[in-house]
Amino acid sequence: MEIAMSIVIGIVFSVAVYMLLSRNIIRVVLGTLILSHGNHLLLITMSGLQRGAPPLLNFNEESYTDPLPQALVLTAIVIAFGVTAFLIVLVYRMYKEHELDDLEDLRGSIDE
Amino acid sequence: MSALHFATLTPFLLAILIPFLFKYIKRIHTGWFVLFIPLILFIYFLTFIPVTAAGETLMSSMAWVPSLGINFDLYIDGLSLLFALLITGIGTLIILYSVYYLDKRTEKLNNFYVYMLLFMGAMLGVVLSDNLIVLYVFWEMTSISSSLLISYWYYRDKSIYGAQKSMYITVFGGLSMLAGFSLIYIMAGTFSIQGIVANLEPVVNSPLLLPAMILVLLGAFTKSAQFPFHIWLPDAMEAPTPVSAYLHSATMVKAGIYLVARMTPVFGGNAEWFWIVTAAGLTTMIWGAVSAVRQKDLKAILAFSTVSQLGMIMSLLGAGSAAYYFGDGDNALYVTAIIAAVFHLINHATFKGALFMAAGIIDHETGTRDIRNLGGLLTIMPITATLSFIGLASMAGLPPLNGFLSKEMFFNAMTYITEYGIFGIETWTVILPVVAWIASIFTFLYCAIIFFRTFTGKFRPEKLETRHVHEAPIGMLVSPAILILLVVVIGLFPNILAYSLIEPAMRGILPGMIGAGEFFEVDIYHWHGFNIELMMTIGVVLFGSLLYMTMQKWSKLPFYHRENDVFNTVYDTGYEGLIKGSQFLTRIQMTGRLRDYLMYICAFAILLFIYTMLRFDAFVISTENLSGIDPYMWGLMLLLVASVIAVPFINNRITAIIVTGFAGFLVALMFTVFRAPDLALTQLLIETVSVIMLVLAFKHLPKLWKEKTRPMIKAPRLIISIGVGVMVTLGSISAFTLGGQAGYTGISEFFTENAKSLAGGYNIVNVILVDFRGLDTLMEVLVLGLAAIGVVSMIKLRFKGSEDV
Amino acid sequence: MKPIRPNDMMLQVTIRIVAIIIFAFSFYLLLAGHNSPGGGFIGGLMTASAILVLYLAFDVKSISKALPINFEMVIGLGLLLALGTGIVSMILGFPFLTQFFDYFQFPVYGEVELTTALPFDIGIYMVVVGAVMAIILRIEEDDI
Repeated sequence: MEIAMSIVIGIVFSVAVYMLLSRNIIRVVLGTLILSHGNHLLLITMSGLQRGAPPLLNFNEESYTDPLPQALVLTAIVIAFGVTAFLIVLVYRMYKEHELDDLEDLRGSIDE
Repeated sequence: MSALHFATLTPFLLAILIPFLFKYIKRIHTGWFVLFIPLILFIYFLTFIPVTAAGETLMSSMAWVPSLGINFDLYIDGLSLLFALLITGIGTLIILYSVYYLDKRTEKLNNFYVYMLLFMGAMLGVVLSDNLIVLYVFWEMTSISSSLLISYWYYRDKSIYGAQKSMYITVFGGLSMLAGFSLIYIMAGTFSIQGIVANLEPVVNSPLLLPAMILVLLGAFTKSAQFPFHIWLPDAMEAPTPVSAYLHSATMVKAGIYLVARMTPVFGGNAEWFWIVTAAGLTTMIWGAVSAVRQKDLKAILAFSTVSQLGMIMSLLGAGSAAYYFGDGDNALYVTAIIAAVFHLINHATFKGALFMAAGIIDHETGTRDIRNLGGLLTIMPITATLSFIGLASMAGLPPLNGFLSKEMFFNAMTYITEYGIFGIETWTVILPVVAWIASIFTFLYCAIIFFRTFTGKFRPEKLETRHVHEAPIGMLVSPAILILLVVVIGLFPNILAYSLIEPAMRGILPGMIGAGEFFEVDIYHWHGFNIELMMTIGVVLFGSLLYMTMQKWSKLPFYHRENDVFNTVYDTGYEGLIKGSQFLTRIQMTGRLRDYLMYICAFAILLFIYTMLRFDAFVISTENLSGIDPYMWGLMLLLVASVIAVPFINNRITAIIVTGFAGFLVALMFTVFRAPDLALTQLLIETVSVIMLVLAFKHLPKLWKEKTRPMIKAPRLIISIGVGVMVTLGSISAFTLGGQAGYTGISEFFTENAKSLAGGYNIVNVILVDFRGLDTLMEVLVLGLAAIGVVSMIKLRFKGSEDV
Repeated sequence: MKPIRPNDMMLQVTIRIVAIIIFAFSFYLLLAGHNSPGGGFIGGLMTASAILVLYLAFDVKSISKALPINFEMVIGLGLLLALGTGIVSMILGFPFLTQFFDYFQFPVYGEVELTTALPFDIGIYMVVVGAVMAIILRIEEDDI
């Protein structure tokens, strides 16, 4: 399953980067969302999948799935939410102030 | 921390008080308070003379970064003591002079004296530290304080230009010096100069010796304004005159001389050292002397003359270093050369300091320094004229002043070189005394120009800026008078310095050349008989006078009118080119498009990835140890791929948001399959909240529209995104496979085993979050809190009206 | 969150009950987090969803009256609480954020494990609730 998942993650990353390279600012925001999904899956997949019981000691199993990537990803999910929220508000405040949604038009002036 | 450390750091500590003194005590000139610092330090350092005169040295250690071998060690021997006395002694006189030179009502005295004290402390640090890194730190501090002082009148363009120039050149030298020091450390294994000198074996036999030598010399040459780095010194004359007299003639520019003297025991045994130092010194000397003649500004003449005199001291140190090459300390040549170097160092500080102060007085009283406008000041400023005359006579090398004595010894050393036929290149060494002699003629010539153009001739008050030209106040004349007094006294009784300062300093430059308890023979006297040196001096006076008499004729030549140094053009062109080049680079690179920047980042990441994978043969794939795929997992993966691929094609905001959210829920489902219940719950809830947030923000968001991009842009965009995807896939597979093969237990094992016993929890993920890695979690919620506050402030705080955002 | 027409009685009645259940479950998740799935993050998100559900069913004004909480303040308090547990262990001479636990006998309930990780987790919980609610409510309020 790891190899199959790696390919899926590769596709998710490709799409995310493709979106990030868009001109439309909403696509860029959605790109970051998709990128964070890919990232979380990548972290989990790299450490190996389904190596044992869920990391809860109540199960009294011999082996457990690696808990560390899970802890990392849990942190990452929450941070990603914070970043997305910030980005969205940044985008729409910017849109309200300047009425611009095309990154081509959002370039700094030449003399900067 | 010893008294010595305290003394070195005193200027820094007391610099803190200066702004307050300036602000609250307006009635008294701030300089009067500052005056005590160098004065007390000077007296303190005087107490060391008996120690060094007895041939002893003093080392005082203080640990700083002991693990890296960097200690704040201070070392006093004859050489460092001589410099410390020059710094504090001349410093006292300069501060006294500055009290009268700078008006307390109009000048920013707080800046001036803070910079001055910074410089003084840094300079003391340079000459006293034994550790190369500490020396380097102080060295750069002198560069910085020097720039600050040059730009003291910062509203003048020329001041800023001069400050920048000196900064660029000396900091460039400083950095290469640091590289040289690092090489020395690689060779010797220590940063302590005395440690290196004590164990020279690994240094001398290392192939790194020559690069280290050249790098260290670059530092010394830039600081001491040696050819072709001398161009910053004339521009540094934009500084107030006390600064020029102190930093740019008496002390800071001698730091390079100090470094060369200090490093002579390390590098002196090499023919390259002899040739580079001597040749650079003599080239500088003649270039400086010839350039000085062309200048029309008093201070510019003095600046080029300083360049020339520094070159002379440098060449003497080079000649003296041959002692190491022959391993012979008794030879008269080396002894004479080093005596002359040390002696002239002292002499130059006395007469040049006095001359700068005299130039400052003339500038202060007449408002101009242009020798074309000056003239006839002899009767108006008799004291200044007398002082200048003695100083100039000493610089020109006229008996019985101290300049004469050192110039004689200089000629002596230079002619000896030819006799000894050093390194078997006799034909070449003949050039050295000839160059020295010609440079001396020009020295005589510009001395004559300064004196006669300023003090004799016709007084033309209409060309001057001030109406009533008169003699300077007594206070301003005290400092140059003391220095000129020294010129005369040293000239008449040179041997008072012989065993108190000069001989101990020589022991510092040539340690190991002489056994313990023995002393170099230092005997300076006026009359050597009718020998070649005397003839050379007489020749200098004759030819110099002749050239001055015929000045009317040759001053029409274009040579005389081309004041600008060739190397200034080189510097300016290079500087402009650098700025233009970087602007050009910035322009082609910084397009202002987010897309371009992301492309650079991704492309570079891909290239780096490819390189690493090929270099370490890191791509590994194995079908072993894989976990099986449940049938529903195929469905999940297909759905995820399909929904994600669909997103870029959707041109409707709400659909795009929902499809993205759908992908997020699929990820949550996958987490359950991966046996991560906490993750699944978190992802599920976050996705819910995110979608709610997106839908709420929906009314504010701009529309999605179909993008029309040219294939020129579309192709690289596709290539880069697919490249990133492939890179991630390959990286993930390799990481997984290698992780399984590595065979060591990760830290996860520790968490699994100890969750119950150490933290009393069954949910390992939660235990990691709140206990084992609690600090990470704390920082994470801090980030979340900051993001929330950022959102709130973006919404609540609005820019009003015309503010540009 | 848009002002919903007042005749959504079914929704309002159901949500009242559902919200209470979600609240209760979120507290369970928070407290049980040390030993079974849950914890500060999940509990916090769950609570935030419960509040959001209430906002869905009722108008902003009445909920703001019922829950007069300044969520920006909650973020700060949560951070202080989490930081405080770390500092307490520092005062006691242990490294920053060292957690302790012990088992106590309670008269009726029986043996209970009490840990200092719980106040820390509650701090996280408060930050999460505060942050999510602050972000969403501010976006909702923004009508310029």
